[in-house]
Amino acid sequence: MKRFAELVDGLVFMPSRNGKMRLIADYAATTPDPDRGWALAALTGSLSFAEAKPAAIRQLAMERVDPVLFGWSYDYVGDLAETVALIWPERPERANSQPPSLTEVVDALRTARRAEVMGLIEGWLDSLDASGRFALLKLITGSLRVGVSARLAKTALAEWGGVEVDALEECWHGLTPPYEPLFAWLEGKAGPPEASAGAGFRPLMLATPLEEEDAAGLDPTAYRAEWKWDGIRVQLVSRGGEKRIYSRTGDDISGAFPDILDHMLFDAVLDGELLVARDGVVAPFNDLQQRLNRKSPTARMLQDFPAWVRLYDLLFDGGEDLRPLGFEERRARLEAWREANAPRRMDLSPLVPFASWGELADLRDGARAAGIEGLMLKRADSPYVSGRPKGPWFKWKRGALTLDCVMMYAQRGHGKRSSFYSDYTFGAWRGEELVPVGKAYSGFTDAELAELDRWVRNHTTRRYGPVREVSAGLVLEVAFDSVHRSTRHKSGLAMRFPRIHRIRWDKPPQEADRVETLEAMVVG
Amino acid sequence: MIPPRLPPDPPNSGRLHPDRWIRILPEGVYVEPGGFYVDPVRPVERAVITHGHSDHARPGHDKVLATPGTLAIMRERLGEGAGAGRQPLAYGETIRIGDVTVRLVPAGHVLGSAQVVIEHGGSRIVLSGDYKRTHDRTCAPFEPVPCDVFVTEATFGLPVFRHPPDLGEIAKLLHSLRVFPERSHVVGVYALGKCQRLITLLRAAGYDRPVYLHGALMPICDLYRAQGVELGELRPATVAAKEDLKGAVVLAPPSAIADRWARRLADPVTAMASGWMRVRQRARQRGVELPLVISDHADWDELVQTLDDVGAPEVWVTHGREEALVHHATGRGIRARALALVGFEEEGA
Repeated sequence: MKRFAELVDGLVFMPSRNGKMRLIADYAATTPDPDRGWALAALTGSLSFAEAKPAAIRQLAMERVDPVLFGWSYDYVGDLAETVALIWPERPERANSQPPSLTEVVDALRTARRAEVMGLIEGWLDSLDASGRFALLKLITGSLRVGVSARLAKTALAEWGGVEVDALEECWHGLTPPYEPLFAWLEGKAGPPEASAGAGFRPLMLATPLEEEDAAGLDPTAYRAEWKWDGIRVQLVSRGGEKRIYSRTGDDISGAFPDILDHMLFDAVLDGELLVARDGVVAPFNDLQQRLNRKSPTARMLQDFPAWVRLYDLLFDGGEDLRPLGFEERRARLEAWREANAPRRMDLSPLVPFASWGELADLRDGARAAGIEGLMLKRADSPYVSGRPKGPWFKWKRGALTLDCVMMYAQRGHGKRSSFYSDYTFGAWRGEELVPVGKAYSGFTDAELAELDRWVRNHTTRRYGPVREVSAGLVLEVAFDSVHRSTRHKSGLAMRFPRIHRIRWDKPPQEADRVETLEAMVVG
Repeated sequence: MIPPRLPPDPPNSGRLHPDRWIRILPEGVYVEPGGFYVDPVRPVERAVITHGHSDHARPGHDKVLATPGTLAIMRERLGEGAGAGRQPLAYGETIRIGDVTVRLVPAGHVLGSAQVVIEHGGSRIVLSGDYKRTHDRTCAPFEPVPCDVFVTEATFGLPVFRHPPDLGEIAKLLHSLRVFPERSHVVGVYALGKCQRLITLLRAAGYDRPVYLHGALMPICDLYRAQGVELGELRPATVAAKEDLKGAVVLAPPSAIADRWARRLADPVTAMASGWMRVRQRARQRGVELPLVISDHADWDELVQTLDDVGAPEVWVTHGREEALVHHATGRGIRARALALVGFEEEGA
């Protein structure tokens, strides 16, 4: 438990992704089986102990300390596991009792009868130090919240073991904690575990951006085009009665979309775009955002923001792996499959016929409908391979929209950028007033960031913690993919993918754009 | 929670309860028969100062009484503002001011820090200022003084605050230096007290390499050395080559560790030495990667222990999380109330 507690503490405080990966790899390298496997299960959210309820843990603490002091402490700390970990009275005899290993804890909890669970936890709390108690309580209440996604944990282990993370994903769902075959493989002591046949995630095939000069060298007859829909990429897996919806990175988001899951009455693995659509008409991304923010939607949300999947590809038809086939063949299988199964809440992403790149470019620029980000180009003969190979698939986004905005607020960044004001809220004019229309923290070079930071510090009018209000003096040319109505912002508008396109040091703020200009760009 | 109202003095006790001769005024705690304030927050004619932190030792008083250490710190930090008349009083010596006697007793907080022991009308009150009970090589240890009324801080007055052994925290820093030998380790420390204590802890743990300092930290370190505290080799970080700062310990005020100043450092590990680091969310809010729970204030157990040690039947709580300590004391049969003093920050925590 000591090493696991150190790992949890390290991850809680480590700001950088690479640092977190280093800590996880270091832990795997220095911790024996099966402890490291249980830790991995905890990090990937594959462990749960239904018997250890937060209310019972709170009760346990209240028996040891004054309830009034506990209540004030909890108010101050704000996290139950941490409050209990810190407030638990240490006993002098602790030096003699051996704290449990992670494996002992997991084994005991898995076999304990319901009535025994709290007694076990109490004993462990007595034998652990504050960090150990925190890790224990986070482990058994089922949410570590250490800023590590399942994908990041897998990526860290794959790098450590010198294998592709997608190869690890392929076999992941066939494995169960404590993952001994996986570690044996990563340490080179055994071959890769068998790829899973079950409802596991199959790594997605991704596209690279199409540069204008690339297009000239490509043969238009070798490619097929389809719209690039503005939702989130998902993989629908329904195998042997098990159903899952995975995000692009392999996170299981099934719980958030019961309205799709309910209609996965087939045996297949599909690639598609998750959208909010009403009778097949795609709603702005902002509507989908409402659903993405919720782990389990209310009945009201299911009704107001109905989910929809626009299908791109068929990876498995029953047990048959179609990925080695070319795109065109898979597309034919997809169309036939859809004909035969007719799943509700799903349709096909239509192909866009074209004869030349010029014609396609016109189609792309003409498409301003809601939900279209641009075009996808896929080689007719491309097999479905994981990752982002350059050549078989391209994404060809519509040209960005731009607006000249005025910087209003600047916020400190994180990690390496923590000494820089790097996140900017900008506004456009409405009458004599500046109204915030968006926020961006990318699109500039390090040298420009240093200049922006200096400008912010020299033009601060007020401070609110990490945020500074600046005088209306700097025009930022903001690029964005589209703009939608939104009740979140005072302007009533929300930009999609805003980023700083150019810093207009030269432009007087009075000449920046007006909110009405942005409103005219709204689609859908 | 509403502080319990004090019952009137028992009749004919023969002693004059401090409630009758100490007043809480906007300027601070006023000792009426002595005509002076203790740690006043506004300029006054006569002030007794417990220690040199800026929320206790404010500028502009006419006459100041304090330990020689505290007076030296005030002169360094406040210059002319340190007071027109400065009267030193060594630990343990007693003087008479007006109708009261005053004695200064070590508080164990920072160099020169003192509790103010005041006697009048057969009663004794101890105003402890800020204090801690943990051993600290840079200052004299806290001495409990039995009294009728004990006035205490409660900066860490919740049972979640338990400071672990300080050398264990230093071991965390030394471990990180071994794991990340190419990275500067910048530790946020308060200029007075924490900075020097951290250096002595490093030295006690066997760390004998130079320690680099932000410019704001050097004057107080020089003052500590002049008072006989060994700090080993110190170098200014501001003029050091980036190469030299790789794998080095660099101390800086908390406000500088994540700001422009820290950009001169090589991929720094950001650490912070403070009792607040006990609470993870606090550490994360400050962007701290390596929290070191090292405090110059009493933790919960020390506060509770101190109430037992001084054995006072009555406790007044000045600042911090007063309600919890008042609740605890009341439960132990001690009369307790919060003074709700304003103007005390969390410097040196």
